[in-house]
Amino acid sequence: MLRLIGRRLLAAIPNVIGIVIVTFILTRALPGDPAAFYAGPAATLEAVEQVRAKLGLDRPIWEQFIDYVGDLAVGDLGLSVSTGQQVRDEILRRLPASLELTLLGLLVACAVALPLGILASTRPGSWIDHACRLITTLGVSLPIFFTGLLLAYVFYYLLGVSPPPVGRLDSMFSPPPHYTGFYLFDSLIAGDIALFIAAAKQMILPVITLAVFVLAPLARMTRAAMLGVLSSDFVRTARASGLSSSTVLYRYAFRNAMLPVVTTLGMVFSFMLGSSVVVEKVFAWPGIGSFAVDALMQSDYAPVQGFVLVMALLFVTLNLMIDILYTLIDPRVSIDE
Amino acid sequence: MNRRRFIKSVAATGGASTVAAAPSVALAQDARRETLVVANELGPNSLDIHGVGANRPAYGVAVNAYDRLMTFGRKKLPDGTLSYDYSKLEPELAESWQVAKDGQSVTFRLRRNATFHDGAKVTAKDVKWSYDRALGMGGFPQFQMRAGSLNEPKQFIVVDDFTFRVELDRRDKMAMPNMAVPVPSIYNSALAMKNATDKDPWAATWLRNNTAGGGAFRVEAWRPGQELIYTRFDDWKSGTLPRLRRIVQREVPSAGNRRAMLTRGDIDMTYELPPKDFLEMAKESGPVRVVSTPVENAVFYIGMNTSRPPFNNPLVRQAIAHALPYDRMNDIGFWGRGTKMWGAKSNTPAKAEWPVPHGYSTNVPRALELLKQAGLPDGFETTLSFDLGGATIGEPVSILIQEALARINIRLSINKVPGANWRAALLKKDMPLIFNRFGGWLNFPEYFFYWCYHGQNAVFNTMSYQNPAMDKLIDAARFETDPKRYDAQVKNFIEIAFNDVPRIPLIQPAFDVAMQKYVQGYMYWFHVQADYRTLSKA
Repeated sequence: MLRLIGRRLLAAIPNVIGIVIVTFILTRALPGDPAAFYAGPAATLEAVEQVRAKLGLDRPIWEQFIDYVGDLAVGDLGLSVSTGQQVRDEILRRLPASLELTLLGLLVACAVALPLGILASTRPGSWIDHACRLITTLGVSLPIFFTGLLLAYVFYYLLGVSPPPVGRLDSMFSPPPHYTGFYLFDSLIAGDIALFIAAAKQMILPVITLAVFVLAPLARMTRAAMLGVLSSDFVRTARASGLSSSTVLYRYAFRNAMLPVVTTLGMVFSFMLGSSVVVEKVFAWPGIGSFAVDALMQSDYAPVQGFVLVMALLFVTLNLMIDILYTLIDPRVSIDE
Repeated sequence: MNRRRFIKSVAATGGASTVAAAPSVALAQDARRETLVVANELGPNSLDIHGVGANRPAYGVAVNAYDRLMTFGRKKLPDGTLSYDYSKLEPELAESWQVAKDGQSVTFRLRRNATFHDGAKVTAKDVKWSYDRALGMGGFPQFQMRAGSLNEPKQFIVVDDFTFRVELDRRDKMAMPNMAVPVPSIYNSALAMKNATDKDPWAATWLRNNTAGGGAFRVEAWRPGQELIYTRFDDWKSGTLPRLRRIVQREVPSAGNRRAMLTRGDIDMTYELPPKDFLEMAKESGPVRVVSTPVENAVFYIGMNTSRPPFNNPLVRQAIAHALPYDRMNDIGFWGRGTKMWGAKSNTPAKAEWPVPHGYSTNVPRALELLKQAGLPDGFETTLSFDLGGATIGEPVSILIQEALARINIRLSINKVPGANWRAALLKKDMPLIFNRFGGWLNFPEYFFYWCYHGQNAVFNTMSYQNPAMDKLIDAARFETDPKRYDAQVKNFIEIAFNDVPRIPLIQPAFDVAMQKYVQGYMYWFHVQADYRTLSKA
């Protein structure tokens, strides 16, 4: 197992190097002139050149690249001009916010989608199957910003049961001391229940928005995989041997249907991190997606590069975890060769 | 920590917090009355107005957390709104000042009891350091200082601890007001120097994330991209102590949610909303009040590139000025929120003021006739560009213009330029037709014209307009001391600008703020940032 992890991490190195080069070139190839942008209202040509020199953009591109790689080697992702912060600090602060939302959204989606898919597959054509189809169709057809705004409108504006959509905490609270960056954990570690509740309340609507978005692929995939497995020979044999239906369903069928579901889970997670930009905008969530998009709009190179790099590392880890999960779910699977 | 201890501790603190909650309710109500909660689309990206790339909200930090030597007086506008008064200068850090008879120097006496937030006394040394810094940082602050003839550090002289003198090369009426704009804020030089390095002598890195001011509010917390929290500086001596003790300024990008929060009373104030929202809220009879103030010295306009055909021909430009669908643009693009800049009796202004309406209005037959005279009866093809960053207005306006110009056989394609590219595109000066906006901080017509029409060809002269007669009038007005001659010069260059019409003024924008009715003391400023010092909650 350890050898597998080590080998996979080694194999990821060329990927990451490639990503570093490509993002560097791509950000430079973007139209738009950051120097002209940041020169602000003072933009005479001379002022723009002054700013260009200050940002180090007047030097040859290979020199900039060498600098960039040198900084990367010591963990310095550069300075974001648009937010005025170190990109590393900004990402460290924002990544937990995004991850907390995405992971919780994924958890909720699984909690709803898996039972729904299993039930639908055991009773194809029944009302629960139709309900499953309806919910998943709704989930994929509602654009995520629409779901978000609709939920905020109904539960905050009309009913007033949800707190104002102002990000991770209402303005009356200050954030918990930093341990993990996940407010739910940090508030518990600090022993502040009121803060935990406040943070949880802020999360309800964005988490539901994200969960609705990914419900469909998960539920459909569970249903399809289960249908395939339930009609296979070994399930018939198990049934014929007189095993109880719950044993057949969970012990034999579901475990075998897990592989495609886990694959979908990995894909869905990457969708979610990407589409969380929209949720972040609607709910004023200080996440990593909106940070990267804002930076992109303002030709702010360093955050875009940092964002892509962090995402790449995240996906390398994610893929590795999913591969390991495969081997745990199905002993026949081996990716060691 | 093991599980059992953990659960115990959670239970204990949970219990404690419920006990503590009861008496704090009354306190919380008081706190709520002295706390202002604001939500805007964007927060500052720096706490230092001198820094490279400091955005507009960063100017607000300078206003509230730093002092200047002087501030502007206030006046009531005809509709009862409070506004700053650019014609009146009042003491802030300087308790008095004296301008030399020849107008070439001014001596400031500083308050002896004023301190910075850390308790250090404010001295003339700090003032000099701050002024030097505004020049030394380059870019925007330097540009703004020079707009008021503050060109060289040697002009700033420390006479003694509490006396500071500024020397000018020439008498310049913009020098004094320019020292009351946010840029020449006074920094705590000792504190800043402690955080300076050899590579960074002006402590730019540290001041980006920290303040070293003595303004009415200190920055309690700043979470970039999330919120900025101010608390009152109780030892503030440069003016009346603000009524508010705490200000929470949050970033909420969704305009719809900001409006919902305002209507539900969860925030007290918001600045940037689409004009449609302001219009609707102004009509509603809810708890919300919308204050709308025309932005001084600012205009939305159509600029035509006079350096190349077809717009190098004044007849073509006049034809366009007669073809624009002014009323529809105002209703559909601007939602009627602004001051009309067209349809005056003639191109000769009655008063020496700016902005004023020009004499053109929609007249298609006249436009066709002018095109015929210009030798272009069959029209031509061209491109209209606008900044996608301001698409809420730019998009409908461009489409209306496209429709209208089709009626005089001009085939228009629309070029949407992403916000990040807009300034670079302006600098190149190769767009034939643009929709844009310009506003000048210092409220003088010749200041506006110097940037927008003068042959020195600043980036804001987006039309590359060259006219020696115009340049002469602008230069003369800048240093004219005789009011009568000044009036004549101003009227004259405005008339030339209208007759020659390299740019067509459309609308003087309005600056809208929506707030709860109980929020008192709102004041309009040319920098259009909130000045929390005058606000209170009734």
